[in-house]
Amino acid sequence: MSDAVLQTNALSAGYSRRVIVDGLTVSVSAGAICTLIGPNGAGKSTVLKTVAAQLPMLSGSVALCGDSLDTLHEKDVARRLSVLLTQKITAERMTCGDVAETGRYPYTGTLGILSAEDKRIVHEAMELVGAAHLYDTDFRQISDGQRQCVMLARAIAQQPKLMLLDEPTSFLDIGHKLHILSLLRRLAKERQIAVIQSLHELDLAQKFSDTVVCVHNGKAERIGTPEEIFSGDYIASLYEIENGTYDPRFGAAEPAAVQGDPEVFVIGGGGAGIPVYRRMHRTGIPFAAGVLHENDVEYPIAKALASVVITEKAFEPVGAKAVENASHVMKRCREVLCCTETFGSMNQGNRMLKSQAEQLGILRPETEDAKKRAAR
Amino acid sequence: MEKRRILRALICFLGLLLLAGLLFCLSLMSGSSRIAPDTVFVILTGQNPDAAAFRIITDIRLPRTLSALILGGGLSVSGFLLQSFFRNPIAGPFVLGISSGAKLTVALLMIAALQRGFVLHSGMMIAAAFVGAVLCMLTVLLFSGRVRNMAQLVIAGVMIGYICNALTDLAVTFADDANIVNLHNWSKGSFSGADWQDIRAMAVLVFLSLAGAFLLSKPIGAYQLGESYAENMGVNIRVFRLLLILLSSALSACVTAFAGPVSFVGIAVPHLMKGLFGTAKPLILIPAAFLGGGVFCMGCDLIARTLFAPQELSVSTVTAVFGAPVVIFMMLHRAKERSIS
Repeated sequence: MSDAVLQTNALSAGYSRRVIVDGLTVSVSAGAICTLIGPNGAGKSTVLKTVAAQLPMLSGSVALCGDSLDTLHEKDVARRLSVLLTQKITAERMTCGDVAETGRYPYTGTLGILSAEDKRIVHEAMELVGAAHLYDTDFRQISDGQRQCVMLARAIAQQPKLMLLDEPTSFLDIGHKLHILSLLRRLAKERQIAVIQSLHELDLAQKFSDTVVCVHNGKAERIGTPEEIFSGDYIASLYEIENGTYDPRFGAAEPAAVQGDPEVFVIGGGGAGIPVYRRMHRTGIPFAAGVLHENDVEYPIAKALASVVITEKAFEPVGAKAVENASHVMKRCREVLCCTETFGSMNQGNRMLKSQAEQLGILRPETEDAKKRAAR
Repeated sequence: MEKRRILRALICFLGLLLLAGLLFCLSLMSGSSRIAPDTVFVILTGQNPDAAAFRIITDIRLPRTLSALILGGGLSVSGFLLQSFFRNPIAGPFVLGISSGAKLTVALLMIAALQRGFVLHSGMMIAAAFVGAVLCMLTVLLFSGRVRNMAQLVIAGVMIGYICNALTDLAVTFADDANIVNLHNWSKGSFSGADWQDIRAMAVLVFLSLAGAFLLSKPIGAYQLGESYAENMGVNIRVFRLLLILLSSALSACVTAFAGPVSFVGIAVPHLMKGLFGTAKPLILIPAAFLGGGVFCMGCDLIARTLFAPQELSVSTVTAVFGAPVVIFMMLHRAKERSIS
């Protein structure tokens, strides 16, 4: 692992004698993004601060481009590692350009005067993050998203081998979140920078990381590729999710289903049922959904929100058994909502369900029902 | 933009220099006996056309004006350093009780000298003031570790100042009658009474500290982004903080040793200079604060001794009248800025 930009070995991070994360061994190579995830207070920031040499390590070692962090001079660390932290900076009378220019600090002389080359590097970094037009604007007068871009430009101007970012996307709108993470991806690839960051947005961590480190219970509980980490029920246990579910395939968090015997039966399929499920859940009405193919787009949502879901295997026609089960549940509901107008060849079972409901006199047309509720 | 900034800085420096020159001449001219500008000029070149005027200028007005210039500048730079250190715009040697601490140790030294009958020289005064300043600074630091809120820090500083003032008053009460008057004047703040030996001592100390502060411009600039970022830029935080404490204590100690506690210069002038120069870059602001502090104190001293002549005001009275509104304005302005962003 000699090509690793960052290599930690059995690193213990914490404050004075209190160990918060123990025995952490990770390596991040040039061009790779390593993301720390884990619940609040798990110690992600503590690890990052230790790697950034802002907290003394309790035991173990950290090497930056092969040299131990202990033996490196402050200035050498500064030329290899730049940071973007969560703390807000109160830059009094500083333009965004001034802030970005501070990235050149480790390269300037005694008085910190920037050379033409330094200026060019800062301008290029501002250009890269799309903040060139803010160069002369007061840093306090721009939005959170723009501020984060400027801070990123600052970190880029420092020309590091490793960039360390603590929750770079928290408090940003989704557009800026994608902008910042896409930029990091590009920087890592084009400039062969290693990135280590912490994220709370699991879906984005999954999409923008090469390695994911799960910090939990005082250690790196799991380390792996996003594909390894974001599978099965692990995420729910990592975050100790009790009031809901997390679907790692879509990065979708759903609240817990309304408990109780279903009062309403929803015949959905193809996504048409989703708004109805959401409305039922919002108004606190326990409902049943069916018959859904296991590969239907709305299946995971129905599974999360409905108290009963009647399913059929993927790519199989809705069979007699499923219809029988469904009609059994349906008969005990006070009303039935059918969200689809047409039934495909695999979906004839649901047509039967609908006509059954019609005969029972409990079928409510979905659209009118919605109007009625809205009016109420 | 870059060129406009440099131009603005140049124009401001030039303006300050002109103002300094003007106030310098005015200070030498005016007083209980008015001396014509041409006479002043002739005397400054070293000639002696009029014995009385020569004595007045060289023994009284020139030392006084120079000490207002040097000490005012030092005080203002000390304020700027403290503001950078605490990242608090209303930090300053007076507000944080550092001036009062220096005043206490100097008063104790003066009383001891009166009772034991030894002669004070400027070095001893500065040393005593430095000890007092550093002790108070350390006490404030002790608090600053515990309080995150800038108002609390200032309250702690003001309280320390009160305690030191009370102790000083107590010491003065038990001092020799004959000399209380002298001590009392000094303890209110005044630029008068400096001799040429004092001027040399203060000039050496203030200019050395100023040079030190100027050389620290780069880390101070980094520190303005916050400690963590400064650390990441390669600043050795411990050494840097120690240097900053020593420099700002040395500056405020020097001022207190010679002029007593002078209020508001340390807060108001750096703030005015930030507004004037439109930047907080230490590379520009340290010399600007020095020049601005000198101008401000020369102006205030001129007013203090001419407004109700022959009755003389203490210089702190005048600096407070001009400085306090600046602080209030600054607070209001900051509140407004915060509500915008």
